[in-house]
Amino acid sequence: MSSPSFNQNPTPEPEAPLIGFGYNYATVTDKISAIVLSKRTPRTWLVGFAIAFALLMVLMLAIGKLLFVGVGVWGIQIPVGWGWAIVNFVWWVGIAHAGTLISAILLLLHQEWRTSINRFAEAMTLFAVACAGMFPLLHLGRPWLFYWLFPYPNTMNVWPQFRSPLIWDVFAVSTYATVSLIFWYVGLIPDLATIRDRSKKTLSQKIYGIFAMGWRGSAKHWKRYETAYLLLAGLATPLVVSVHSVVSFDFAVGIVPGWHSAIFPPYFVAGAIFSGFAMVLTISIPVRKFYGLEDFITERHLNNMAKVLLATGLIVAYGYLMETFMAFYAGGRFDKYMIMDRMTGHYMNFYWILLTCNVVVPQFLWIPKIRNNVWVLWVISILVNVGMWLERYVIVVQSLARDFVPSSWRNYTGTHWDVATFLGSIGLFLTLLFLFLRYVPMISIFELRGLVPKGDAPAASTGASQRG
Amino acid sequence: MKKRLLYGLMAEFDTTDDLLAAARKTVAEGYRRVDAYTPLPVEGLAEALDFRDRRLPLIVLIGGIVGALGGYYLQYWCSAVSYPLNVGGRPLNSWPSFIPITFEMTVLVAALSAVLGMLALNGLPMPYHPVFNVPRFAMASRNRLFLCIEARDPKFELEKTREFLKNLKAREVSEVGR
Repeated sequence: MSSPSFNQNPTPEPEAPLIGFGYNYATVTDKISAIVLSKRTPRTWLVGFAIAFALLMVLMLAIGKLLFVGVGVWGIQIPVGWGWAIVNFVWWVGIAHAGTLISAILLLLHQEWRTSINRFAEAMTLFAVACAGMFPLLHLGRPWLFYWLFPYPNTMNVWPQFRSPLIWDVFAVSTYATVSLIFWYVGLIPDLATIRDRSKKTLSQKIYGIFAMGWRGSAKHWKRYETAYLLLAGLATPLVVSVHSVVSFDFAVGIVPGWHSAIFPPYFVAGAIFSGFAMVLTISIPVRKFYGLEDFITERHLNNMAKVLLATGLIVAYGYLMETFMAFYAGGRFDKYMIMDRMTGHYMNFYWILLTCNVVVPQFLWIPKIRNNVWVLWVISILVNVGMWLERYVIVVQSLARDFVPSSWRNYTGTHWDVATFLGSIGLFLTLLFLFLRYVPMISIFELRGLVPKGDAPAASTGASQRG
Repeated sequence: MKKRLLYGLMAEFDTTDDLLAAARKTVAEGYRRVDAYTPLPVEGLAEALDFRDRRLPLIVLIGGIVGALGGYYLQYWCSAVSYPLNVGGRPLNSWPSFIPITFEMTVLVAALSAVLGMLALNGLPMPYHPVFNVPRFAMASRNRLFLCIEARDPKFELEKTREFLKNLKAREVSEVGR
């Protein structure tokens, strides 16, 4: 799939291996598939799943209340019609971006270290998109009419307004969800076949067998498979950039001060990658610990992710800086007022905490010792998640609360139903994640086989490093 | 085993190097209905088996073009033909506004045709295939590499082919029943 000459550094430095010592095809396969095939469900999994499921039930309750009473249960009003729901939407969509970035862009750039984390990050993408997609639908007020968003022949003889970014969003997010799903599934097929072949129980042989579609590892199939996978990566790369750009158009095309800005698309995309990598770290650090996967998700993986976090964090910081600078440079009184209000007004605490989390905290990642300290890294990743949520809160709420006419100013706070829906969406995310960890190989086994080093493993793996 | 009940002969290999060498020799020997089975994609194996198929990229390209034209036409037809509506004085065919959805549809249709095209060309889903009758074939998705010469290959002769495969550093040669 790749040629080794591409990823050679001009000044090669000795790097930690991507995979622990002494593995071969067989042991790699056995170790990952054992997590799925094990009869005993780990106690930590059960506890985690129970908590996640309880949160999911909170979501059900919150949605029930919302459908019964209406969007008034959320604290939204005029002028702040977009409250927590849209904040959560943008937050989740942003998180979703790391999966495709790791799978597609790092694949095209021949970054081999993506192999142990891509499956996992893609799953995270899917679940985050599921959480994200839910919010605008619930925010519609009459979610059961969501299909009005799609152009379908109807007796009303009207069509969606294609000039509106909100309709672009429908297409962007649903395309993203579909492409992420098929990308993830295609990556899974050979591993599902492995589970099918290694399972001892008839039922699981059948279920995994159906999803493996009769994959038999034929060389001709592999050839087309790799072509398809590479093309999908090539298609997903511009897609991932387009999705968050379109999300930013939801704001930037409007005329509200604080939204109407040309920097929004790149600034949103960088923020999305930033928050997505933070979420991958937040999840993969405990998971590698509990499942003993330190040999596959190595310190080097965490180190690299920390570097991406730092780099994208700097781009985001540049976005904040430019936003402020442009307000004063352009000199529009509404824009200047918006920035001053952001820094000193009702929502100033949110603003300064977000700057601390997103700009100050990531600077610690310059220090190699901190990048290699797993639990400090974990705390930083959580702070970045918090910071990114606050960023969207400030953009959505503060901008709306202080628009052009002082008579229409009104402060906004979410209600406990907003909190319940948000926590519930985390429950949905974690529930899906726990099911994924238990029933699907969480690391791409066939790609790991390609990373087994030549020489230090038994005969069966000698050809391994032939695949770049 | 009678020839009509025989799918082919399957040789098992330990290393990708052995398998690649064996695949090259098999094709050089004149066998045409040959396939190899591996737990990971092996670079150069499909070429060694003299397998060339460039249809998939073409299918994806066509899918992308169909998606782009379809996506744009959908918006044009809805906004300018079926229900022309003046929105803020913009032209009915306000093409810059139609680009994002055109792009998304391009990617969507191209991606779907990549996956469905790959599956269709590979003949998947295929719940049953004779190679699964070899008990050790379960290892093909773990750590073993296999090369199979089909019985319907014109050059196939049970004993001669078996000898040929054995001489290729095969660990084991087994018959594949139908």
